[in-house]
Amino acid sequence: MPRIVFAYLIRRLIGAVIMLLIVSVVVFGIFFGIPKLVGQTNDQLAASFVGKAPTAEAIAQTKHRLNLDKPIWVQYGKWIQGVVAGQDFNNGPSKEHCSAPCFGYSFKNNQAVLPQLEDRAPATLSLAAGAAIIWLLSGVATGILSALKRGSIWDRAAMVIALAGVSLPIYFTGLLSMQIFSYNLDVLPGGGSYVPFSQNPGTWFQSLILPWITLAFLYAATYARLTRAGMLETLGEDYIRTARAKGLAERAVIAKHALRSTLTPILTVFGMDLGLLLGGAVLTEHTFGIPGLGQLSIDGIVGNDLPVVLGVTLVAALFIVVANLIVDLLYAVIDPRVRLG
Amino acid sequence: MSDAKRPAETLNGGPAEVNAGTAPSSSFLELRDLKIHFPTDDGLVKSVDGLSFKLERGKTLGIVGESGSGKSVTSLGILGLHNRRNAKVSGEIWLDGTELVSASEEQVRRLRGRNMAMIFQDPLSAMHPFYTVGAQIIEAYRVHNDVSKAVARKHAIDMLGRVGIPKPDKRVDDYPHQFSGGMRQRAMIAMALSCDPELLIADEPTTALDVTVQAQILDLIRDLQQEFNSAIIMITHDLGVTAELSDDVLVMYGGRCIERGTANEVFHEPEHPYTWGLLGSMPRLDRHRSERLQPIPGSPPSLINLPQGCAFNPRCPYSDQTGGLSTSERPELRETAAGHLVACHLHADKRRQIFADEIRPKL
Amino acid sequence: MKKIRPIAALAAGLVATTGLAACGGGSGGSNKGAGYNAATDKVINQSDKKGGTLRFAISDDFDSPDPGNTYYAWSQNFVRLYGRGLLTFKPAAGSESNQVVPDLAQGPGTPSDGGKTWTYKLRSGVKYDDGTPVTSKDVKYAVERSNFTDELQLGPKYFKAYLQDNTPAYKGPYKDKSPQGLKSIETPDDSTVIFHLSKPFSEFDYLVGMAQTIPVPQAKDKGLKYEQAIVSSGPYKIDSYQRGKSMTLSRNPNWDPSTDPIRKALPDRIELQLKQSGDDIDNRLLAGSLDVDAAGVGVQSGTQGKLLSDQTKKANTDNPLQGYLRFASMNLHVAPLDNVHCRRAVQYATDKVAMQSAYGGPLAGGDVATTILPPSIVGYTKFDKYPQKYKQGGGLDDSTLAQAKSELQQCGKPTGFKTKISARSDRPKEVAMAQAMQQGLKQVGIQTEIVQYPAGDYFNKYVGAPKFVHDNGVGIMLMAWSADWPTGYGFLSQILDGRAIKPSGGNNLPEENNQKINDLFDQAIGNTDKEARAKIYGQIDQMAMDDAVDIPIIYAKALLYRPPNVTNVGITQGYGGMYDYLNMGVKK
Repeated sequence: MPRIVFAYLIRRLIGAVIMLLIVSVVVFGIFFGIPKLVGQTNDQLAASFVGKAPTAEAIAQTKHRLNLDKPIWVQYGKWIQGVVAGQDFNNGPSKEHCSAPCFGYSFKNNQAVLPQLEDRAPATLSLAAGAAIIWLLSGVATGILSALKRGSIWDRAAMVIALAGVSLPIYFTGLLSMQIFSYNLDVLPGGGSYVPFSQNPGTWFQSLILPWITLAFLYAATYARLTRAGMLETLGEDYIRTARAKGLAERAVIAKHALRSTLTPILTVFGMDLGLLLGGAVLTEHTFGIPGLGQLSIDGIVGNDLPVVLGVTLVAALFIVVANLIVDLLYAVIDPRVRLG
Repeated sequence: MSDAKRPAETLNGGPAEVNAGTAPSSSFLELRDLKIHFPTDDGLVKSVDGLSFKLERGKTLGIVGESGSGKSVTSLGILGLHNRRNAKVSGEIWLDGTELVSASEEQVRRLRGRNMAMIFQDPLSAMHPFYTVGAQIIEAYRVHNDVSKAVARKHAIDMLGRVGIPKPDKRVDDYPHQFSGGMRQRAMIAMALSCDPELLIADEPTTALDVTVQAQILDLIRDLQQEFNSAIIMITHDLGVTAELSDDVLVMYGGRCIERGTANEVFHEPEHPYTWGLLGSMPRLDRHRSERLQPIPGSPPSLINLPQGCAFNPRCPYSDQTGGLSTSERPELRETAAGHLVACHLHADKRRQIFADEIRPKL
Repeated sequence: MKKIRPIAALAAGLVATTGLAACGGGSGGSNKGAGYNAATDKVINQSDKKGGTLRFAISDDFDSPDPGNTYYAWSQNFVRLYGRGLLTFKPAAGSESNQVVPDLAQGPGTPSDGGKTWTYKLRSGVKYDDGTPVTSKDVKYAVERSNFTDELQLGPKYFKAYLQDNTPAYKGPYKDKSPQGLKSIETPDDSTVIFHLSKPFSEFDYLVGMAQTIPVPQAKDKGLKYEQAIVSSGPYKIDSYQRGKSMTLSRNPNWDPSTDPIRKALPDRIELQLKQSGDDIDNRLLAGSLDVDAAGVGVQSGTQGKLLSDQTKKANTDNPLQGYLRFASMNLHVAPLDNVHCRRAVQYATDKVAMQSAYGGPLAGGDVATTILPPSIVGYTKFDKYPQKYKQGGGLDDSTLAQAKSELQQCGKPTGFKTKISARSDRPKEVAMAQAMQQGLKQVGIQTEIVQYPAGDYFNKYVGAPKFVHDNGVGIMLMAWSADWPTGYGFLSQILDGRAIKPSGGNNLPEENNQKINDLFDQAIGNTDKEARAKIYGQIDQMAMDDAVDIPIIYAKALLYRPPNVTNVGITQGYGGMYDYLNMGVKK
């Protein structure tokens, strides 16, 4: 068995590397291809890294500095070369070495991409993980209660709130929650108050309470609905009737027999959601001024900063791949009918 | 086995007189005018509508009838598995001196699995796919027996062995999907019997199985009955199975009993046209191939709007021979011979004559 | 040049707070506000009280906080907290704030050689935060690196344009390691710096007033990486700068107030949060948990209503001119607009009030304009060549339309003509303005088609490329313009001087090439008399309006909020109508 699992992991790993390569090619293609389709030239791209009213000379120099004067496959080759062997970047008076794996050097920020990703990831991780715990617990609990008290006032109220949760945009709930709890009541810190855990765990926690709840609200709704539907379906299964026929107490029937089956498909959704979110909770980060990967990706996209866009996309893809792998492994643990392979 | 006597508190510890004015039953199991109705948006579904019978220890009652005749609803009703919020249950169910309809859910739950157990049809869906067969039997045992896991496991292996599963000490850790259909059914039986129930309800226990396995399973149930002296209710639409196993047979149609008697009576001197139909549609090994099975014309009645008069009248070829009674008046269940009850407006002599002249030769 | 406010519109696009407008609240209002527009012409809440933390936030980031590599107006304003250039804009409000005053230098530049040579003497005793003294060589080096290297491309390049070049051309200090560097900047001693220009330029003090003369010691220069290790010469030093996150400043222990007569340096600490949500910034300003929106381009549209509907809040707002003009240019080579009368017909028939409302009304849009120079620019002269009358309830008055028709008659197009109006496709308000203009012109028979081009290529590829304009017959082009320094020369030379016409990327959209105007530019910039120059700028404005090449639409304005706990608050016109950050403090 361990050998099977090992071989499986190796296979998945190779698949992941291939997928990340494809993602990098696609991002490169989109970055250079789409603007070309609408008639943008490399000169105009370079002009976005020069000040106002750029001269032709400045554009030429910038194009050369950023390798935008080379064909796209040469640029891609250089990028791959950097990943494998590292690369040097010219600051002006000196060169900076970016050692392998070097995921490029930002066009705008004058920093290597990887350290930026490492710098931003903890914020996104803190936000996503905390929110995930909240939404999973509250969403699943609400869903179970709703299913068990189906048709009751509680059920209806919970489902209305759930509908609100999925319909209201983060920037609305986020700004509203800050207006109330930060600016009117002054009980929780408002926007821009995030500090890293390593700097001050207390402030870190406080500053994340509203973002966590706001983000979790959006997802909890979905999970409540999923859980409710799944629980209702599971409760109709024959093996639940069997469990009851054994004389099991209702609580044991729910907790041991129904819940496990209900949660299994939710796990898949959860893995995807968390994986996606770890690539950057764009709106929440923006609304609360949390410097995470999502903010970095917006900056990258708005600023035509290909290496940053590429880096964030790859991180997001990696998180999704890893989340999927973990879900698949967990699935095999939970459901004995599933075989890895 | 230690099954013969239960601690008295379990069976007799309930509310002393729940159904005031009704005498407790002296039979092991007795149903009195059991009604199980489900209110729906379309109307009241009368799945079981006034069912009464008695069953003693060591005896087997076969309940036959088409799908939707109320067989399974009855068995779930006895086990108290209907959600009290969406099923209206009335009448009385006496199990060893305890009335179950008026008992608390908790009281019934404690009897479930221990005093009365059920073998469900389609064991693949009736067993939890995520737990090993052993774990599910262990769970069933430990609900009612305060023993360690190790002891329960030993018991589970023992039970699996008893139902004829080879290498039970190994198979105990297999998951349901790793068992074959017949093995799964055996495991299901092992689970149902794990607490030595006095009442065993088998709901189509062999429907999904091929004929050889079917026979083995039936043998097994019979052997186990002898060993445990259990009362068995065998629910099936397969008259062959019933004939083989049952002492008494009860035929249900449209939520009611239309004929009841010993297996011998019902199979050899059936008096209800519906029973004749059932027998005619039963494949038999001794039948000539050239003879075709005679399906009962028409389809089962709606349980919301039963036909006026006899519920079977739209499908009954003899309904015109009752002087219109069939379409106007519901026939009572009446004794036609000692212990043989039939609900039919045809005169008893007439019934016997039709059976002798028209039906028997075709069977 | 400032064609666009470099503040990411993304935040505003993502966030809409109409639903929040009713939530009100906020606790910052214990002090009564100084009044609506109080800070536009005088510094209010004056105080010398030191201490506290001054909190800035912005929805964007710096282009670069490196004084030699930044162009953004707010950044030029902000870098003065940690850097001292030779001169800078006077910390004041109103028209006074258009003047440049000595900072690192002892006095304004001394011109010689007919305005081609400019000499500055540095103050003595100015030190960097590491305690080393500031020398004139560092000023020279700062100008060389910011204007002549391949790497630092984000800032203006005026020094490169006006200073005499070496032969062969100077390649900047990163490539050219020769000790003399750019020969046209001399440093005869550690406190003197002399600039030699290729032609007379009387407004050189304004160029020197830009952040690029903030000294950089060569040994500390890290090129593009210098933004992470900026050496401070001002009252504050940079404790940390994290891209997209924040900058924090604390007192520079080596800053000597006796060498710095213009700075108060009140707060102990200054924080700048970057990339914050624009709506949240407004909410925090109102709640008192933030002191300044560093961008200085006004509150979000959702906040405007909240501020104006509440008198106490309104008393803490200013609605200054933002130093730029929204206007329409008419190309002199697209018929029939090559005829001045046809252009004048358009001048009369343009419904400026409708266009003003399309852009957001008088508050968020600005005042209806009749001159090319906005009132906050040195040289502004009030006049109206094409006076218009409006009907009660909107629309041009019949008499004005009659004027337009009479011009059409003289143009030989009595029934009107057809042309195109261009606008930037990704600027919905500009497109709305084009539509309003279209409606007005229709009344006199001028049929127009609106053509939209992306903002990113608007000047490089479309309306800034004369061939494209001629080939496509784009007669009328909407645009906005502001100056890098607030004088008529800074404002007008790129849009009206015939020598600014370029094959692409130009801003003289009408292709105005009037010899008299060109000569006036040369006269002005060669004239060291400020008053005389200002007069000439007014003349140029009038001549261009006689030529009717540009239709001024609105002098842009913005609604700014100043929390009452912030001291020394005044609108500086030097940086385009935002608060002056140099001497702000906080009441505790």
